[in-house]
Amino acid sequence: MLVQFTTWDVIRNLLEGGKWTLALSLIAFVLGGLVGLLILFARIARNRALQAFAKGYIEVFQGTPLLMQLFLVFFGLPLIGLDVSPWFAAALGLTLFTSAYLAEIWRGCVEALPKGQWEASESLALNYLQQMRHVILPQALRIAIPPTVGFSVQVVKGTAVASIIGFAELTKTGSMLANATFQPLLVFGLVAAGYFALCFPLSLFAKRLEKKFHVAR
Amino acid sequence: MSLVKLTGVHKHFGTNHVLKGVDLAVEQGDVVALIGRSGSGKSTLLRTINGLERIDEGELLVDGAALHAGQGDLRALRQKVGMIFQQFNLFPHLTVGENVMLAPTVVKRRSKAETEALAREMLDKVGLADKFASYPEQLSGGQQQRVAIARALAMQPRVLLCDEITSALDPELVSEVLAVVRQLAREGMTLIMVTHEMRFAREVGNKLIFMHHGRIHESGDPREVFADPRTPELANFIGAVQAH
Repeated sequence: MLVQFTTWDVIRNLLEGGKWTLALSLIAFVLGGLVGLLILFARIARNRALQAFAKGYIEVFQGTPLLMQLFLVFFGLPLIGLDVSPWFAAALGLTLFTSAYLAEIWRGCVEALPKGQWEASESLALNYLQQMRHVILPQALRIAIPPTVGFSVQVVKGTAVASIIGFAELTKTGSMLANATFQPLLVFGLVAAGYFALCFPLSLFAKRLEKKFHVAR
Repeated sequence: MSLVKLTGVHKHFGTNHVLKGVDLAVEQGDVVALIGRSGSGKSTLLRTINGLERIDEGELLVDGAALHAGQGDLRALRQKVGMIFQQFNLFPHLTVGENVMLAPTVVKRRSKAETEALAREMLDKVGLADKFASYPEQLSGGQQQRVAIARALAMQPRVLLCDEITSALDPELVSEVLAVVRQLAREGMTLIMVTHEMRFAREVGNKLIFMHHGRIHESGDPREVFADPRTPELANFIGAVQAH
């Protein structure tokens, strides 16, 4: 039996897939941000063991392809008896990947602050957490916003690799449709347009923030 | 009993032996000027007194509380010792008032009303009561340094450390900061200052310490020491400074 696809059918299905791309991006970004914050704290902690752990974590996830990380999660976890769905594997893999990059971006922002900010707050008898909470993080946050939004574009595009483990997000939906309709150019053109529609507003936003924070100080 | 007492203090930066056994006693109400060439260890010595540099050997006593080499928790010590920096180091994301209020609120857990009154009083003392709601970047260097003094005073320290606090200022702004320090000295605040302002050291100080190669090379009453240096190193240094 042969089903005829109208262009509207193609778009409707792609929108369905795009929804999952958006969901995956949001989850990766939010969870990745939370884990990234923990890794950041470990990375700039005074405890050497924590520092070493965070360094290793960042090196591993920055130094290996996202695709391999997904494979390891998707095929590795079942080996230790955990059955994972493509959806769970993709969310976990992207969270790990995102957290490593965000931790490293944010570390750069913390280290960009003058040493005198640490010394002055230390001299006022603030403890480490008080220094972070009241002096360091509020200032680091200001300079972190533009590169963080900029990186979110990478996360959106990164979700495409989840298609390889069979998760039906935008790219996977696109390749299924291309096979069914024999119109790869049209379908993948629309897929690309979908990513662009998600990413372009983000990069515009990042540019605007960058300008704003450059002017502010 | 001395307010600040250092005994046999040593400090290394890697292979560089910066402090080579310093003994120093500072009494309540003393105004001590630390002078010496760059690299003589005077700034490091100052920074050991509030624990910004850990001492490798020896003992530090502030207001009766001892701090031995390698000891961890310094917050008790730091509540007794205020510090003012060459680069002001105000917190740029906070207003002037919030800069002064932060430590009393967070460290001493005073109420907001109490710390605000305290901050206004301290800012008034340095002549900047009207700048409470301004941000640091809106102030001149001299004003910023006076805010830094108010911020340190708000913790009601027993001793105030000043690390070349006029060196980053334009010449016309130096005197407004020195006037505040002079007033503090007159009120009996114990001050230890690394300075290049020799005339100020002679006028306000009652103790002069000349650091040379990580040791206290010569010390005494500033007027006497300046008028009649006993060591050729100090005579040289005074000559070099006055040539400028």
